Amino acid sequence: MTYNFDWSSIARAWPYLLDGMGTTLFLVAVAMVLGVTFGTVLAILRLFGPRSVAMLAAGYVNFFRSIPLILTIFWFFFLVPLVVRAITGNPYFAVGPVYAAIAAFVLAESAYYCEIIRAGIGSVRAGQFQAARALGMTTAQALLYVVLPQAFRNMTPALINQTVALLKDTSLVYVISLNDFLGAAAKIGQRDGRQVEMFLFAAAVYLALCSLGTMGVHLLQRRGAPSRR
Amino acid sequence: MIAINNVSKWFGDFRVLADCTTRIDKGEVVVVCGPSGSGKSTLIKTVNALEPFQQGEIIVDGVSVGGLGRGLPKLRARVGMVFQHFELFPHLTVTENLTLAQVRVLGRGKAEALAKGLRYLERVGLAVQKDKYPAQLSGGQQQRVAIARALAMDPIVMLFDEPTSALDPEMVGEVLDVMVGLANDGMTMMCVTHEMGFARKVSHRVIFMDEGRIVEDCGKDAFFGDIDARSPRAREFLSKILNH
Repeated sequence: MTYNFDWSSIARAWPYLLDGMGTTLFLVAVAMVLGVTFGTVLAILRLFGPRSVAMLAAGYVNFFRSIPLILTIFWFFFLVPLVVRAITGNPYFAVGPVYAAIAAFVLAESAYYCEIIRAGIGSVRAGQFQAARALGMTTAQALLYVVLPQAFRNMTPALINQTVALLKDTSLVYVISLNDFLGAAAKIGQRDGRQVEMFLFAAAVYLALCSLGTMGVHLLQRRGAPSRR
Repeated sequence: MIAINNVSKWFGDFRVLADCTTRIDKGEVVVVCGPSGSGKSTLIKTVNALEPFQQGEIIVDGVSVGGLGRGLPKLRARVGMVFQHFELFPHLTVTENLTLAQVRVLGRGKAEALAKGLRYLERVGLAVQKDKYPAQLSGGQQQRVAIARALAMDPIVMLFDEPTSALDPEMVGEVLDVMVGLANDGMTMMCVTHEMGFARKVSHRVIFMDEGRIVEDCGKDAFFGDIDARSPRAREFLSKILNH
């Protein structure tokens, strides 16, 4: 007996799948933009903040890096509403899957991005920071105009890699029934009895998206940074 | 202009500066020399507080460097510094290197900063390179741009931290020529350098350091001419550096 492939589900469910892809890309975009922003703040606090603040930031980063992402998602979906209900006394308070997912991803990705950005700042020669300060710049100005532009250039490949990993991690939201791309594909597969086709298709789409990111990294590495000494 | 009084600094238990005292007057060119590890680079970096120190005081133009805290950037903007490894900003063009701090620190307008930057670029003989990135310049050219960048801030004193040590030998001359020109124009300069030819030609005084101490601090004629009056350590150093 041979298996008869039938790919027609894909075409029929196209709008639904696109909707799922929309959710996936939305989560990636929000988690990346906010994650890089907070990650930069965290990295600066770790490197330049007063000792107590630096240790707090380090604790935050280590905490979220040691916890499985899926657990963080669970927390925000199940635990946070309980806590808020207990505090506010409102028995109907709910976070909702979208906000739970955004909160979990932003908090966790900030921790991952922080470590990349910290390494990126460390990759800029110490003399650059000294030279900027010798010209009268404050620490903030030296970071903004001299150190961070070079750091971000050095760490672009690592940032893209992390974002590719984030893209795959967003599929974890199926645990709180948020309809991302993988969730949509799985549901269609179940409905039509075409799981094999849908999971193969989903794999191909993730592969294509991740390959785009990897190609971007290669392109950047080959081109290098022409203005570096 | 600069008074360094009984300055000491420790890295952990290791004393890098031991009770250093000297002064640099307006218009004076002072060369600081000594074997590596003697603390000369550390001493020059305490003047604009890139290196903190634990004891003593440093007065620059009437302001005590030690307790400045938030006032430090203001002081540093008035003290030019040139580094061994140039430290031009590699992501910016020559022009942007020259104007960044003028605009952001001194609050000058873009046009004014550009005019000033180009004037000093002209002075170090690199006006044609204004749109290039540092990586497209030779080491000697980069260092000349770095000098122009510092001068564009209208500093009251220029600090040089081994400005020619990282250069290929054939490029040392072009950087020294710029420095000689500055000295002849009456700029107050404190230079850590091994270029004894430069010291002989334009310096007024020579400071010799060893193991964190200022061992010699005398006029250049005494330093190079009256060798018998020098300390044994300075004589040894001079015989090594002058005999080849």
